[in-house]
Amino acid sequence: MSTEVAPEVAKTRRFKFNWVDSFLWFVRVAAIIAITIGVVGSFQNFAAGEGPSAVAWRDLIISSISTGSMYGLIALGYSMVYGVLGFINFAHGEVFMSGTMVGLISATILFRSGFWDSNPFISIFVVLIVAMITSTLVAIVIERVAYRPLRGAPRLIPLITSIGVSFFVQYTFAGLFGVALRNYPPAPPQLAQTISIFGLPISGTRALVIAVAIISMIGLWYFVTKTKTGSAMRAVAEDKEIAGLMGIDVDKTIVTTFAVGGAMAGVAGLMWALLFRGVDFLTGFLPGIKAFTAAVLGGIGNLPGAMLGGVILGLFEGVGPLLVLGGLGIPGVSQLKDAVAFAALVLVLIFRPTGLLGERLGSEDRV
Amino acid sequence: MKNKRSLRFLAVLGVFSLIVAACGDGGVEFEAGELGAVTVEAGEAIQIRSLNAISGEVAFLGIPNQRAVEMAIADYGQIQGHDVSMGTGLDDLCSPEGGQQAAQTIVSDEQVVGVIGTSCSGAAEGAMPLIADAGLVMISASNTSPSLTSDLEGTAGTSYFEGYYRTAHNDLFQGQAAANFVYNNLNLTKVALIHDGDPYTNGLTTAFENAFVELGGEIVIHTAVAREQTDMVPVLTEVAGFGPELIFMPIFPAEATFIVQQAGGVSGLEDVEWMGADGISVENFMNLPESENMYFSGPDTQFASNTNESTDLSGEQFLADYESEFAEAPSADFWGHAYDATTMLLEAIEEVGVVDGDVLHIDRLALREALTAVTGYSGLIGEISCDEFGDCGSSVISIFQHNNLADHQASKANILYTYPES
Repeated sequence: MSTEVAPEVAKTRRFKFNWVDSFLWFVRVAAIIAITIGVVGSFQNFAAGEGPSAVAWRDLIISSISTGSMYGLIALGYSMVYGVLGFINFAHGEVFMSGTMVGLISATILFRSGFWDSNPFISIFVVLIVAMITSTLVAIVIERVAYRPLRGAPRLIPLITSIGVSFFVQYTFAGLFGVALRNYPPAPPQLAQTISIFGLPISGTRALVIAVAIISMIGLWYFVTKTKTGSAMRAVAEDKEIAGLMGIDVDKTIVTTFAVGGAMAGVAGLMWALLFRGVDFLTGFLPGIKAFTAAVLGGIGNLPGAMLGGVILGLFEGVGPLLVLGGLGIPGVSQLKDAVAFAALVLVLIFRPTGLLGERLGSEDRV
Repeated sequence: MKNKRSLRFLAVLGVFSLIVAACGDGGVEFEAGELGAVTVEAGEAIQIRSLNAISGEVAFLGIPNQRAVEMAIADYGQIQGHDVSMGTGLDDLCSPEGGQQAAQTIVSDEQVVGVIGTSCSGAAEGAMPLIADAGLVMISASNTSPSLTSDLEGTAGTSYFEGYYRTAHNDLFQGQAAANFVYNNLNLTKVALIHDGDPYTNGLTTAFENAFVELGGEIVIHTAVAREQTDMVPVLTEVAGFGPELIFMPIFPAEATFIVQQAGGVSGLEDVEWMGADGISVENFMNLPESENMYFSGPDTQFASNTNESTDLSGEQFLADYESEFAEAPSADFWGHAYDATTMLLEAIEEVGVVDGDVLHIDRLALREALTAVTGYSGLIGEISCDEFGDCGSSVISIFQHNNLADHQASKANILYTYPES
C-alpha cells in the first residue's frame, strides 16, 4: 500500500509500534541467524573432515539441481494457468503423473521387445513423445470438461474443482493400471556413465535431465515471445477482455496454454522416469505440490520465475537440511527435507512476498 | 378414537412379545463371562476374520497369510458340527488408519470371534484398541514390533492390549540376531540404521542398536526416510558422510527399491554392505539386480519337516498344496505362522465352546484365557507357547545372503547364521 504523504507530514510522522510487523522482523532476524550458524557449522565440519566429502556435496548439489529442473518444468504449467485464468490448477500434478505412467507402459513394451537395450536413445525419445502427448491430451480434456464451464465463476470454484479432478485422475489411473509401484527399465549403460562438463564429472542421466530442461525452457521462451500464439497467450494473461476485443480467440488461446503446460509436464514425466524410475498412481501428488510451491517461490505467473523457483526449491530440499540443520548439529535430518522445503517457501515469502522474480498478475488481480 | 386405542394396545402387545422373544431362554446353563459370548446358532458358521495387507505395494506380504488362513480353515474342518467361515479377507493397508478402519468393520459384526492379522505392526496399533474393547482376540502371523507385546522382561509394550497374540517372533530377538551376525560373523563395527517411522521398522532398528552397542559396536547414524519418499540422494549422502561399513535398513519394498537404485550415484557408498529384514525379503525386491549379495534377516522358514498337530500337515505338504492351489510359491515368509495362528485359534474355540443342543456358545474371556495358556503346541513353525503378553512364536531367526536372483528359494536356503545359536 503506498500512501502519498506531504513532506512536512512525513517528517513529523513518528514510528508506530506494531506487534505483527515486529514479530515478522523477529522471524526474519532469527531465520537469518539460524541459517548462518547452520551454514558456518557445516563449513566447519567440512574443514574438520567430518560429514559428507566434497565429492558428495558436489553430487548432492547436481542431483538437487536436476530434481529442481523437473519441479521447474511442472511449475511452468501452474504459472501459465494462473497467469491466464487466475486460479491454481491442482490437477496439474496428475497431468504429470499421467504422462509418466503411460510413458512407463511404452517403455515396458520397448524393453520386452529388446528395443530398449539395442536403441536406448531412440527409446527414450519415444517415451518422451508418448509422455508429452499423453500429458497434453489429459490437460486439454480437463480444461474442456472441468474448467471451461466455470469460466465466469468466482475464482474459488475452479480451484475446488481442480482438487476434485486431481483425485478423479489419480483413482482413474489406479483403476486402469493398478496400485502397485512399477519401475521403468534401467537407464541404458551409456547414460549411466559419468561425463565431464567444464571439468565437472556429472552422471549421464542428471546431465541429460538438466540439458532437456534448458532446451525446453529455451523452446518455451521462444514460443512465448517470438510466435503469434505466444503473444496471444501473453495478451490473454494480461487482460482477457481487452485481448478478446483485439480479435484474439480467447478460448483457443486458453486451450493452447493448457496444452503447452501439459507438454512441459510430459517432459518432466520423462525426467522422473530417468531419475526415480518408480511410478504409481500417487506419483504426481507431492511433486505437484512442490511445483506449485516453486511457482509461488519464483513469482506466480512469471515463467522464468517458475523455472528458477523450481531449481531453488530443489536445492533447498536437497542441500538445505544437510547444510543448515546438519551444521546446527542435528542428526538424521534428511527426513525433514519436505519440512525444510516448505519452510523455505514461508521464509522467502516473509522476506519477499511477491516471490523472487515478482508476480505477473492479470488485470483482474492487480491492485 | 376407538381405532386409535385398539391400535395402541396392539402396538404395546407387539413390542411386549418382541421383548419376550428376545429375552427368551432355551433353558440353557451357559452364562457368559464379563466380556460376553458369541452364540452360534444351528446351521450357522463360526465367524473369524483375516486382516492382512492384500493390496498395494505390500500385497506380497499379506496375500500368502490370507491364503494360509483359508487353507487352515479347510484343513481343520468343522467345530462341534459348525463350519468355520472367514468371510471376505479384509485389508489392513499396512497403516494404522487401515487397521483401524478394518477393525471398525470387524467389531460391528457381533458374531466375529477372532481375527488372524494384521500383516503390519503399524496396522495392529490402529486396530487393537477397537478389537480389545469389543472383547475379540487377534492373532498375528507377521507383526514383530516389541511395542505390541512386551520387552521380554516383564514390562508391557506401549501398544499392548489384552486379546492380542502373535505367532511371529518379537523383534527384540531379530535385533539381537542381526547384531550378533554383523559383529561376530562379518566383523564390522560401524553400522548405519535406516527406518521409516513405522513401529516395526523403528522397533527393529532400535533393538539392533541396543544389541549392537552392547556387543561393542558403533551406530554411526540412526536416521529415517518417509513412507513414499522417492528422492533418497540427500539421505544417502548424509549416511555416506558418516562412513558406515554396513547399512541395515529393515524397511519396506517401495522405499528400499529407491534406496538401492539411487545408492550407486552417491559417492562414499561403494564398499558398503547392505542388510535388510523380512519386509523386503519378498519377490519384487529380490528381483532387482541391485539386491544381489544383500543380507536378509528374518524368521527361519525351513519348516519342511515340521508338522501342525491339529491338521497333521507338514511344512513340505503345505508348500505343495499351496503351489497346486495358487500356481505359485508363497511370496513372503509368514505362511507357516499364519497357518499355525489359525489352527491355534480354532483349537482354542473348540476347547472353550459350550455345546447346547445345536447351538454353540463361545465365551470371549474363556477364549483369551485358553490362548494365553497355550503351551507346547506343535505347529509348522515349531513349538508354540504363549507368554502373558501374547508372544507365542518360536524365536528362531535366520540370516541369509541373496546369491541367486533367479531362484529366491535357493537364496533363502543360503543361511549364514541362525539364532539362537545351538
